[in-house]
Amino acid sequence: MSALTIEGLKEILNEAAGEDDSFKAGQDILDTPFLELGFDSLALLETVALIKRRYGVGVGDDELADIETPRELLAKVNGDLAA
Amino acid sequence: MTRAVVTGIGIASPNGLGPTAYWRATLHGEAAIKPITRFDSANYWAKIAGEVPGFEAGRHLQGRLLPQTDHMTRLTLVGTDWALRGAGVQPNDIPDTDIAVITAATAGGYEFGQRELQKLWHQGPEYVSAYQSFAWFYAVNTGQISIRHGTRGPGAVVVSEQAGGIDSIGHARRQLRKGVKLALTGGMDSSLCPWAWVAHQASGSLSRNNNPRRAYLPFDRDASGYVCGEGGAIMVLETPESAAERPGTRVYGEIVGYASTFDSRMPSREPGLKRAAELALRDAGMDASEIDVVFADAAGIPELDKAEAEAIKGIFGPFGVPVTAPKTMTGRLFAGGGSLDVASAILSIYWSAIPPTVNVENPVPEYEIDLVMNEARHGKVKAALVLGRGKGGFNSAMVVREYR
Repeated sequence: MSALTIEGLKEILNEAAGEDDSFKAGQDILDTPFLELGFDSLALLETVALIKRRYGVGVGDDELADIETPRELLAKVNGDLAA
Repeated sequence: MTRAVVTGIGIASPNGLGPTAYWRATLHGEAAIKPITRFDSANYWAKIAGEVPGFEAGRHLQGRLLPQTDHMTRLTLVGTDWALRGAGVQPNDIPDTDIAVITAATAGGYEFGQRELQKLWHQGPEYVSAYQSFAWFYAVNTGQISIRHGTRGPGAVVVSEQAGGIDSIGHARRQLRKGVKLALTGGMDSSLCPWAWVAHQASGSLSRNNNPRRAYLPFDRDASGYVCGEGGAIMVLETPESAAERPGTRVYGEIVGYASTFDSRMPSREPGLKRAAELALRDAGMDASEIDVVFADAAGIPELDKAEAEAIKGIFGPFGVPVTAPKTMTGRLFAGGGSLDVASAILSIYWSAIPPTVNVENPVPEYEIDLVMNEARHGKVKAALVLGRGKGGFNSAMVVREYR
């Protein structure tokens, strides 16, 4: 399975929580905290559920609590994918 | 005593979106009970309903709200937006703790719940939406309204079926008396999906007649049950002092009386509807002779119609007051129906007209009620009594009056 890219993550974010204008394709959101992107804990739970289905990588609830930015989420998912 | 006036009305009804479209259709007796289109009704014996047409949630709500809302929540949020806009209220203009949100619901987000439960059974728990954690609850509309508008005043939900649409507004009035300036209140229901339909059919109260003009005939000799509909009304209820802070605010009418009762399980005790109406009149400090129209619960079930007719006759005398049931055009909307009836009563006062009861041709003569049939009656309406009953013994009554 190829790695999850930031653009791939954006698609998943939009699918999980609904599309709005808080970020666009091409825009750098790697270090923008999820809260600033309008993602509360439930939206993130829905996001990681989608990642689990697509990539087979699970993110535990306690791990999720420490993930604040897209960069951190990508590192966790791609680290597990590579392992 | 703190007064409570209605300054904004948001309506989603099978025969009209928004108060103006709804009122025009309702005065003209435009019936909206039709064959079901929302799901395939082939395997169900009940095949007609009142569906809200032409509602595109994505045109009114931001994308972020769509994955987390059932249809009935979307109707509620858009109805609330319309009510606020009509009242000229920007919630930010009022301290967030001075705004209450009190709604009623009967089924919760049934369609959302069905979809996620199907995923649970067919695909597994990891496929169930995280939003299932709240999106199908009865309480979700109150929560979503308060999140959307940043309100932090009292929040509550009433679940008492059709009566709940009245109870929510009664409870909102209580909150004004306790000191909040404004309340967003009312009820909205939608349960037009197969899972809900199984429950509706099992209730024993649905009409088995699938002719839209002959299915739901309250007070008629051929009454045989009711038809389900979806929708309801959300209102801005506030103190006159709060409304006066926005010069030029239109006041549709005033909520002056409210009461609720519960039926006894003892068959020897008379149903509580009459007492609810009497208590609401007493709360309003009004005599029955001051009421110009009664918006009936209109169950469409012979024994319930008889009980309601007896209650009305007992208070107003034979043929003593015009009685109407515009819900004959929409079907019963459960909690949404109680609120829509209150909205209709207020619009009756505002526009000086009583909307008709449609399709009823042969009211039971012994009921001795002056049913407003087929055509609207135009003329001054100063005060109206709204009655609602909820399955299980709930009775509620509300008196609305012109504001002066």
